[in-house]
Amino acid sequence: MQPESGAASQAEIERVVLPHLDAAYNLARWLVRNPQDAEDVVQEACLRAMRFIGGYREGDARAWLLRIVRNTAYTFLDKNRPAALSEQFDESLHVPYDGKASDVEAEFARSTDRRMLQAALEMLPVRFREALILRELEGLAYKEIAEIMEIPIGTVMSSLARAREQLREKLLTAQSKGAHRGVRE
Amino acid sequence: MACESDKLLLHAYFDGELDLVRSLKIEEHVKSCSDCSQDLRQQQTLRTALGTPGLYQRAPQSLRERVLAAAGRESGGASSSAALKKAAMLRSAWRRPVLEWLAVAASIAVVIFVGLRLVPGMRNERQTELFAQEIVASHIRSLQPGHLYDVESTDQHTVKPWFDGKLDFSPPVRDMADQGFPLVGGRLDYIGSRAVAALVYQRRKHIINVFVWPESSGDVANTEGFERQEIRNGYNLIEWRKGEMHFAAVSDVNADDLRQFIQLLQKP
Repeated sequence: MQPESGAASQAEIERVVLPHLDAAYNLARWLVRNPQDAEDVVQEACLRAMRFIGGYREGDARAWLLRIVRNTAYTFLDKNRPAALSEQFDESLHVPYDGKASDVEAEFARSTDRRMLQAALEMLPVRFREALILRELEGLAYKEIAEIMEIPIGTVMSSLARAREQLREKLLTAQSKGAHRGVRE
Repeated sequence: MACESDKLLLHAYFDGELDLVRSLKIEEHVKSCSDCSQDLRQQQTLRTALGTPGLYQRAPQSLRERVLAAAGRESGGASSSAALKKAAMLRSAWRRPVLEWLAVAASIAVVIFVGLRLVPGMRNERQTELFAQEIVASHIRSLQPGHLYDVESTDQHTVKPWFDGKLDFSPPVRDMADQGFPLVGGRLDYIGSRAVAALVYQRRKHIINVFVWPESSGDVANTEGFERQEIRNGYNLIEWRKGEMHFAAVSDVNADDLRQFIQLLQKP
C-alpha cells in the first residue's frame, strides 16, 4: 500500500529521524528536566515529524527535527508547568563574585563537578539553557541555533553570553556554599 | 580593570562566528587586554566543564523502540510488525545507541554494495576511486560555513575525548601548532558508509582535513607502509596506513606542505 502523500515511509524515518534521536532526547531532557517527560516529548515530536515529513526538504535533518522537538517541549511546558516558562532572572541569585580575578578561575575549576554542573544548568532560565545546550552540548553554529529557536542570530549571541555569565555565577555560588558546608556525596 | 569593549563580540569570537577581519581585530585586542583575555579563559574553562561526560543525555533504547514501532504504525499496518521485529532485533544487538545503530546501518550498506566496498580483499581501483571521491567531497562540504567542526578546540585533550562514545574507535589526535599546523577542531564524518573521525588542522589560511578510520583486515590497503597520493579537483590528497588506522589528508595547501604535515603527523 502506498503511503498517503506527506506521510512518512519507514525508510524516511530511519534516514531522517533516527540518526538524530540522541540530539532530540538531549534537547528535550534539558528543556523539561525530567527523563520520563523527555521521552514522551520526543515520541510526540517524532510522530509530528512523521506526519509532516513532507515539510522536510533535503537539508539539515537534525535542525528540522530539533525545531519540532523544542516546539513540542514548549507546548508541554506551557500545558503542564507554565511556571517553568516564566522563570525570570532572579536578582537575589545574582551575587557578584567579589574575589580577586585570579581566584575566580581557580575556584571555578574546582567547582565543575558533574552533578553541580547539571544542577546549575537546570537553574538557568529555559531559553538561555536551550541556547547553551545547543551550542555547547550539540555543538551547533549560531545560524542553526537561530533556525531551531526561531530567533535572530543576534539574540542567539546575547542569550549565550547571558547563559554563560549566569552559569558561571551559579557554579561559583554553589562552589562557595559547598566549601562552607563541606561537599556531601 | 573592566574593559569597555563589546563583550558580546567576545562570545561570538570564542564561538568562531566572526568573519576574519573582526576576528583578527579581537585577537589583537585580547593580547593587550587582561580583562578580555581572562573572560576568554573562563569561557574555555566553562566549555571544558560542559564537555564533562554524562551531561549529554542519550536517548534510551526503549525510546528508540517506541519510535520505530510508531514509524511502523504510521507508514501502514503491514510494516508495523516488521518495525517491531526490527526493534526486537536492535534491542538484542545494541548496547550503545548511536554507534551501534550506525554499525547496523553500515552492515546493511555492506550487504547492498556487496563486492563493491568494504569487503575484505576487495579494495580495487573502483573502490579506491569511490573513497577518493568521497574524501574530497567531504573536504569541500566541510569548507562551507558552519560545517568545519562539531567540536572546536585547539586542545588535543578536548578534541580526542569528544569522539568518545561517538565512534567505535579512538582516533589519534595531536596538536602541531608549534610546527605551523595548529589543530582547530574535529567532527564526525562518513566515508565508505562508515562513521569516521575528521580532524581539522590549519596551515596559515588553509584548512587540512584528516580522516581517520580503522581499516578492515584483509583489505589491500591493509599493509603497513601503504601510501598513495593524487590531485583531485585541485586538492592534494594523500592516503596512508599506520598501525590499524587508515588516514587520508586532503587540502588545498601545496603538495610539499601537505607532505611535510604528514611526516610530522607520522612521527612517533
